[in-house]
Amino acid sequence: MEALIQNFFNVEVMYRARILLWMGLKVTLQLSAVSLVLAIVLGLLLASLRNLHNKVFDALIIIYVDLFRALPTIVLFMLVYFALPYLGVCLPAFGAAVLTLTINGAAYFEEIFRAGIESISKGQTEAAKALGLSFTQTMRHVILPQAVRVVLPPATSNSLELIKTTVLASVIALPELLKQAQQAHGLFANPTPLVEAALIFLLLLWPLVRLTGYLERKFG
Amino acid sequence: MEIHNLIHYFFNGRVFLDTLPQLAHGLWITVQIAFLSVSIGFVWGLILAVIRVTVKRPTNAWPTRLLNLPIALYVDVLRSIPPLITLVVIYYALPYLGIYLPRFWSAVLTFVAVMSAFAEEIFRAGIESIDLGQVEAGRSLGLSYLQMMRYVVLPQGFRVAIPPLTSRMIAITKDVSLASVIGVADLLKEARAAQAFLANPTPLISAALLFTLVFLPLVRISMYLERRLAQ
Repeated sequence: MEALIQNFFNVEVMYRARILLWMGLKVTLQLSAVSLVLAIVLGLLLASLRNLHNKVFDALIIIYVDLFRALPTIVLFMLVYFALPYLGVCLPAFGAAVLTLTINGAAYFEEIFRAGIESISKGQTEAAKALGLSFTQTMRHVILPQAVRVVLPPATSNSLELIKTTVLASVIALPELLKQAQQAHGLFANPTPLVEAALIFLLLLWPLVRLTGYLERKFG
Repeated sequence: MEIHNLIHYFFNGRVFLDTLPQLAHGLWITVQIAFLSVSIGFVWGLILAVIRVTVKRPTNAWPTRLLNLPIALYVDVLRSIPPLITLVVIYYALPYLGIYLPRFWSAVLTFVAVMSAFAEEIFRAGIESIDLGQVEAGRSLGLSYLQMMRYVVLPQGFRVAIPPLTSRMIAITKDVSLASVIGVADLLKEARAAQAFLANPTPLISAALLFTLVFLPLVRISMYLERRLAQ
């Protein structure tokens, strides 16, 4: 028990590592926010393009989505950060992480948004138009309330996964929460910072895990 | 960027052939970890789900119902913490408590834990989607509780569970490449080593291609199952 407290919940080490972890947490939050927004925007864009039913766009987007759903994210991180420089494309770690998380996340969001769009039959848009509703009114009162039911549960769970994936940026030496915790672990020869990083993620993401379960039950 | 550079660095045939045996060996390690993690995690998750729905039944006395809480905590913790952090804590922090696990088994333990947490939630949702009347009917036919689970509830629950379970299995199998971070000689680790040794990123591209070759059919199958069973 004493060894557990000494090594996993050492208050002195927590105090000494506080600045490192706080800096790491800030980077994690920035990376999560920027990548999440960009991935959702790109996903929406791709889903809208597929809604045009253009054969060329469709084929390209299907290849894109399949490829990035098949490739482990950590491999993508390595390709962007360690292979692209050979072609003269050198991105800083933060930029490489944002790029990786965005193109990877968008592949999942595209599928989610497309399912949402396809769940509403075209007749409804036409009916709304025939009733004299404007485009925004149609969206606001007809399409979105229905699409939200289909989109919200998987989109929430995918956002959760994206935020969890930000820790992979530690392998390209971005000083996010896990990387800083590892540095602190090395510096103080005590694994408390690693446990702390786990606890911080638990605190941040537990509500989101619960929300995902709730949305799945409510709309499922 | 010249096309010559692209071929030399990304699709170098010689480097590809030279490093292929090394990569194949890495892939074999990846497959072993994935197979162990997914199969043990699957069974463990199923056991947890059955225990949880059993203790949670409203007819139970409250001390029994409280047994639900440790499982709920286990599941939520493992779903909230990124698997890479779980892996790093198991491999780098547990030794301070005198628990030494080799790299390979640290990875297996991590992914079994994560897989079982997700599987528990998926199975539980499947079991709870079965109408209570069927449970009562099974029991009144003289089936024991376990027989009723085995012959009435689980076969139907599985149907609901298959699509989310397949995509979660794929996600966990993809996560297995995280094991390279703690030095497991899996496909990604071998590719990185070869890339550093030859100063040529072709092995990374080969690894990406190998992963795609393995996962693309799986992703397609899971999407098919999702659509098929959603109806």
